Parts: sequence; structure tokens; C-alpha cells
Amino acid sequence: MKIESKENIKNNDTTDMTPASSGVIAVKVDDLTVAYNYKPVLWDIDLEIPEGVLMAIVGPNGAGKSTLIKSILGILKPIAGSVTIYGKPYKKQRQLVAYVPQKGSVDWDFPTTALDVVMMGTYGSLGWIKRPGQKEKKASLEALEKVGMLAFKSRQISQLSGGQQQRIFLARALVQNASIYFMDEPFQGVDATTEIAIINILKELRKAGKTVIVVHHDLQTVPEYFDWVTFLNVKKIATGPVKDIFNDDNLTKTYGINYKVSIQE
Amino acid sequence: MDITEYIKLVFTDYTLRTITLGTAILGAVTGMLGSFAVLRKQSLLGDAISHAALPGIAIAFLITGAKDSNTLLIGALISGLIGTFWIRGIVTKTHLKSDTALGLILSLFFGFGMLLLTFIQKQPNANQAGLDKYLFGQAATLVESDVWLMAIVTGLCLIVMLTFWKEFKILLFDADYTQTLGFNTKFIDILITTFIVLAIVLGLQTVGVVLMSAMLLAPAAAARQWTNSLSVMVFLAALFGAFSGVFGTAISASQNNLSTGPVIVLVAGVFVMFSFIFSPSRGLLFKQIRFIKNRRDLELHKTLAFMHHIAETHEDISHPHAIKLLNNFQGYTRSTLQKLVDKDYVQLNGNMWSLTKTGFETAANLYTKQSTEDE
Repeated sequence: MKIESKENIKNNDTTDMTPASSGVIAVKVDDLTVAYNYKPVLWDIDLEIPEGVLMAIVGPNGAGKSTLIKSILGILKPIAGSVTIYGKPYKKQRQLVAYVPQKGSVDWDFPTTALDVVMMGTYGSLGWIKRPGQKEKKASLEALEKVGMLAFKSRQISQLSGGQQQRIFLARALVQNASIYFMDEPFQGVDATTEIAIINILKELRKAGKTVIVVHHDLQTVPEYFDWVTFLNVKKIATGPVKDIFNDDNLTKTYGINYKVSIQE
Repeated sequence: MDITEYIKLVFTDYTLRTITLGTAILGAVTGMLGSFAVLRKQSLLGDAISHAALPGIAIAFLITGAKDSNTLLIGALISGLIGTFWIRGIVTKTHLKSDTALGLILSLFFGFGMLLLTFIQKQPNANQAGLDKYLFGQAATLVESDVWLMAIVTGLCLIVMLTFWKEFKILLFDADYTQTLGFNTKFIDILITTFIVLAIVLGLQTVGVVLMSAMLLAPAAAARQWTNSLSVMVFLAALFGAFSGVFGTAISASQNNLSTGPVIVLVAGVFVMFSFIFSPSRGLLFKQIRFIKNRRDLELHKTLAFMHHIAETHEDISHPHAIKLLNNFQGYTRSTLQKLVDKDYVQLNGNMWSLTKTGFETAANLYTKQSTEDE
């Protein structure tokens, strides 16, 4: 895997971004190709995600959105390509990255409590064998409070609603205290209240200088929630600031039909 | 043999003591590891492993010509492990689902094992008799060294489990996430699987190839009903497994000609049945009771709300109304009315009813209160 110096990235087209961004590239994907059974799911993806953006990945079903995140995180093995986090291979930068998987990817009838799930977020920094102690518990309780779930800390996780389960997953990532957050459809199947609560937390993360990458389905809310967007359909269609590239042209290219959105200015 | 006589025998009779200890330890270790298999939705893995062990037993006998149980168990262990890693290979390398892979390996290995067994039985070697006891197990053949081996493996398993508890737990819950945290999920997975294979192989002599998977699943399934904590579940599963062993041995020893393995499995089955019905939070019985109680409460609320609706139209909330008015209302029966009186929500006066002040207030807050409770 090649390690590149990131000194020279200031001169590319990311200079006129939102103030939160410093112009440093947080995540860089090169020539990434992923295939299941010869059929490419992602084809030759090049992607640079600047530090401090709140980015949506949009695209139709089967476009490879989740696959892209999973490949960046090393859960799936790509056929070709490389991923660097702040200029170093992902394996060396794990502690900078937190992941919120799709809610449906786990069995919520697992015998454990909400607090226990959030505490799992501390396991990475603890490393092998060492058990979480008071410090980890305190951090987990704070994360629960941040997502408004402190009252449910002792609840068996199957007795939580879908929105509450999503908040627990978010809290588990928050407790990792990472710089980059990858989230796979955090708004799927949650009610309006939870959606607002979640997006407020994401915006707070961005304000704190974190980079947040979200697989997103609801095109209507993209301009309202995000400042950066990547259009994906097996290939990368476009990536950049929402105000510059979130338009009918790119939507049509990505979704293959004539797409009209009304963007509130 | 009655119970007291039996209990006396357990402490005095060497053979019975060995068998009871052996089955108890076996039940404990399989129950413990079974919890992991059940939570990983790999319930059938145990079945596949135990069946996959059969050709190993036969081959070990063919090579050594001896019926020493430790030699045969090593054969079983090797072929059990081969079967398990084939299953993993099939699932990761092809697009077959794990149930298909399990079924395939189970029947292939078992078929091959049966073939070898019949081949061995046709040989003139007198030593071969009794190899088929591994099909259904024969606890009576347990000797002290077997029990020691079980105890050592169980102790080892406990140490590993306590050491890697956090890693086991997070892998069981969310394997992908575990990987992103930097844990070697393959290593944890192999550790768990290897111990499951070990426990199963140890049980073959006692319970047999065919029924072994029940030892893995039944205690764990029963334990899950009683708790929402992983540690308590593992502990309970070990306890249920051990008791199944002890009770099963006791029943089969006190009744002549009852094979021990199947009785142990049946006792474990009774634990499962009991747990499915009587567990307070997940059991069928209490679920049904809660359902009936909720329905009654709702009917009561509906009647009260209807009364409130009528009473609202009058200035005096305690203005009496005819009971006949309620007859057209669905949820109303004599007994619901009586219950409302008992709760002091309603007063009866001949054929007339009237809401009390508490009743009126309760009715007014009925739905607003419920909606806040939901959140």
C-alpha cells in the first residue's frame, strides 16, 4: 500500500468550502474496485473527502454506497485500490475512525443493555483482554446523555424502538471519540423527532471539526442537512459542495431518470 | 431403586459417581459454549460437527486397531475440525448459505462415517464390537481418566472465556463493528469454534453423534428465557446442562435398560419446555396472562371513557344516568361496571350510575397519560 504525502492538497478545488473545513484531506480513496462474483459493485472509485465536511453519499439501491463505506473500513476486501486516512493506511489510523452500521445488521434480541452496547465503543481503545472500567462507563453515560437516551441505559435493547436503537448505535460511535464518522443510513426507519435529534448531533460533530460521511436516501433533505455530497452509482458520478453540484444534471446521471428537485436557496 | 438409595450410591459407588460427574461436567461445558452457538445463530453447527466426527473415530480405529477412547477422540477431533473449517470455507468462498453448507457437510461426513463403520464391522477382528456406541453414546463406559479430560477442557474453556469475555461478547453482537475496532475477528471466531468442537467431541462417548447437538442447544435455549444478560445466560446454561447430566444419569441408573444419553437430552428438553412456558418475561404463560390483563384494562378504559363522554354534557359531573344507556356500548358488561365501582370511579344507585370525581379525572386524563407513558 502506498503512503502519500498530503502536503500538496491545498491547491485543488476545495478552497472555497464551508468555514468548518480546513482544506486537509481526511479520507482519500484511490482506484477502488470491489466485485462480488465478477460483477463489479464499485468501479475505479477515486474520492477525496476534505476534513470537516458533513457529506452525504447518495445513489440508487445497489449503487454500492454501503459497500464503499465497508471497503474503506476494511470490512470488505477490494480487488484493487487503496484507502488512506490522513495520508496513512487505514489499519494504522483505526482510532481516528468510528462506524455506525445499518441498524438491521445486528440481532437486537441479543441479551444486553443499552449502556453495554454503548460501552462497546470503548473496546477499541482498550485493546485486547482489558475490561472497561469507571472511566469507560462515565464516557458511555455521557454519550447516552448526548443522544437523549440516558433514561434508557439499563433497558434490554430489544425493548427499544427503532429510533432509540439508532440513537444507541450513534452513542456507541460517539464514545469512540473519533475524527471521522462513517454512518450507514442512520435515518432509516426513524421518526421525525429522532431524525432531527440525529442531524443536530451530526451538525455538532462537524462544528467540532469532525468529518462525517453518511449514506443517505432522502434526496429532499440533502441541501438542508449536508454541505458536501457524493453521487455514486457503481462509478463515482460527482463529488463536491452541495451548493455547486447538487443539481438535476448529476441526479439524472446517477439515477438514470430525469430527476427534478427543487432546491431551496 | 428409590431416590435415597440412589443418592447414597452416587457417593459410594465408584462407577455411578464417575458417570454422574462426567455427565455433569459435560452438560456444563456444552451449555456454556452452546450459548455462544445459539446467539451466533449457529445452532446447527453442533449437529454438523458431531456428525462430522464419526469418520474420524472410524479411521482412528482402522489405523491403531485399538478401542482406547482417547485415541478415538483425537480422530473425532481432527475430522470434526476439518468438517467445521470446510463449512466456513464453503460459506466464505462460495455463495451458498450456511444452512446449506452445514447440511452438506453433516450428511457427507456422516455417510462416510457409516460406510467405514459397516466396513469395520465386517472385519473378523473381535475388537471392533461396540464401536457403534458412538452413534448414541454409552455413559456407562466413562472411566475416571475420561472425566479428568473433560474437567481439564472445561477449566481451560472457562479461563479462555473469562480472559476474552469482552471480545467474545462484541463479536457475538456485531462482528463487522468489532473488526473496525481493530480486533482480529477471525482469531476470536476460531477460538470459539475450536472450543465448541472440543466440547462436542468430548461428549460423543456419553451422548453420541446423533443427539450431541441437543446438549449444545437445549440448555442455552432454556437459559435465554430467564435473563437479558449474557453472563447470566452463560451461567444458567451451564447450570441447566449440569443438572440435565445429573438428573439424566439418575433416571437412567434407577430404571434398568434406559440409555443415558437420550435420557439426558430429554431432561434438557424438559428444562426447555418449562422455560418456554414459565419464564416471567418471555414465557408463553405470562405473556398470555399479560395479554388478557391488558385487554381487560382496555375494556375498562373504554367504558370509563364512554361514561366520561356522557357525563361531560352535564354541569354536575356526578349527575346520575341510567345503566341502560351503557347497554349499547361494546366494552360494557356487568363485571366491568363492578370493577369501576371497586376502583371508586363510579357510584351505583339502583338503576342509575354516576361518575365520582376521581373517576371523572381519571377518564379525562386517560389518553393524554397513555401517550406520555409511551415515550
